[in-house]
Amino acid sequence: MSWPINEIRADFPILDQRINEERLAYLDNAATMQSPLPVTRAVDAYYATTHSNVHRGVYTLSNQATAAYEGARQKVATFLNAASANDIVFTRSTTESLNLVACGFGDLVVHAGDEIVISVAEHHSNLIPWQQLAARAGATLKYIELKTDGTFDMTSAAAQITSKTKIVAVAQVGNVMGAINPVTALAQMAHQVGAYLVVDGAQAVSHLPVDVQQLDADFYAFSGHKMGAPTGIGVLYGKPALLEQMDPVQYGGEMISQVTRTTATWKAAPLKFEAGTPNISGAIGLGAAIDYLQQYGLANIQTYEHELMASLLPQLLALPGVTVYGPTDPALRGGVVAFNIDGLHPHDAATGLDLLGVEVRAGHHCAQPLMQDLGVSATARASVALYNNQTDIDQLIDGIKQVKEFFLHESRSNE
Amino acid sequence: MSLDQMSSLYREVVLDHAQHPHHRGSLGPDSLHFTLENPTCGDVIDVSAQVKDGTIAAVEFSGDGCTISQASASMMTVALTHQPVAKARQLILSFSKMITGEKISATDEQALGDASLLASVAEFPARIKCATLAWHALDELLQKEEA
Ligand SMILES: Cc1ncc(COP(=O)(O)O)c(C=O)c1O
Repeated sequence: MSWPINEIRADFPILDQRINEERLAYLDNAATMQSPLPVTRAVDAYYATTHSNVHRGVYTLSNQATAAYEGARQKVATFLNAASANDIVFTRSTTESLNLVACGFGDLVVHAGDEIVISVAEHHSNLIPWQQLAARAGATLKYIELKTDGTFDMTSAAAQITSKTKIVAVAQVGNVMGAINPVTALAQMAHQVGAYLVVDGAQAVSHLPVDVQQLDADFYAFSGHKMGAPTGIGVLYGKPALLEQMDPVQYGGEMISQVTRTTATWKAAPLKFEAGTPNISGAIGLGAAIDYLQQYGLANIQTYEHELMASLLPQLLALPGVTVYGPTDPALRGGVVAFNIDGLHPHDAATGLDLLGVEVRAGHHCAQPLMQDLGVSATARASVALYNNQTDIDQLIDGIKQVKEFFLHESRSNE
Repeated sequence: MSLDQMSSLYREVVLDHAQHPHHRGSLGPDSLHFTLENPTCGDVIDVSAQVKDGTIAAVEFSGDGCTISQASASMMTVALTHQPVAKARQLILSFSKMITGEKISATDEQALGDASLLASVAEFPARIKCATLAWHALDELLQKEEA
């Protein structure tokens, strides 16, 4: 496939700059993805022409803003192949979406003696809400273990998911191991015992086609900023019957049906979960980001990113003194790879790479239980998006070699 | 930029402290302990100290971390052992100032010894927390001791 990389990169002016006098190789897309011009333009155009509050005015501007906001909701529904726009709740982020499920739905269905099952590789935002729910309810939080290659151990999953399980919550793509997780199989296992499946899609949405109906996910959470939308907008998809059952966790304007001095009733989902003035421009930016990605096609983006990983992974694995975490087969991965240089703390490595224009993350990636299992306090992590190119990959590999050489040399002269 | 700039941060003395740290360990139960975590990377450092007659008789550190945090902790133990508590706390303050690019007095610079070489961390803002971790831990500990 010939990928229109120049055309794409032209839409991301931020990439065309020098960092520490070097060409920028932005490889921290798992933390946040850059926004293309059509997204920032859509937000600008909204403020220049349509801005007003939604769902309140009888006047023209408000109707236009409402139409744009609800139009974005429909785009999200189509993007996820949800049956209806009513299944889409706008939130602030993946984190807020997961907290909303844990409080609004978890508190309804999880009781003393019940079990919640997650994997040991979860991001803290798909871990702590469940830990807290378990503590509130007197339930037990159980973990699906990983195999040595970083993929889910499905024997462990089968052992952990029992008749006591009420909720299973996992990431579709891990933000450290990078593995694409067997969500469909887990949905079946969860449903067989009458449990619900919550999917954290933060690392999936801009990298592969997502079909919530095919996955049979009961809830699906993601953040706009991981797919080129502005920060501060996120989504929670829920099956309609579950959203209907679920309680709001915030109260205020917009979400009510009728209020008296002593009582209040709610609107139907999704509005009952969107108390107060929502992030209208963020939703519109998210709609534009979806249009942008769909213009290239998520399946094509996945194929292209897979090519990048198929170049990066073997090169990383071939570097002596470099440990790579997660599957060695790029086919099992999204666009994320964590690694460490032996004898060198990832902070030191990332400082060196930064001086060479290569922006990667170093830290625990909000996955401390996984770090404990790996026996490290932190790792470096590179992650790609549709605008990365072979030069970025080469710059990373060359940078790692230079950083290794620097420290090796310094410590040699130090002996 | 090439990696040359790294040499100003990772000087030989710094690497030497990181590879062969001074006062690495943990003092016994009759000493004071304070543990701090660097929230960005999860590195944890534990500092223990014995204070006798208002003076730091011994200070040790344990925990793993990056070159900067380990070297800085080692340099701190060398600079602050045998310092009166008040003087040590003042030097910790000076170190924090130096590391954020502020000028400090020549006397303090001398008293900080090898640690004064970490002044170049100011050019690497993302690494300031690594350099100050052990110092903040000791400061908390001394504050408890004074209280
Ligand atoms: C797998 C995963 N889950 C959840 C999150 C949290 O996303 P946010 O900080 O946008 O809420 C992230 C990103 O940091 C992630 O990678």
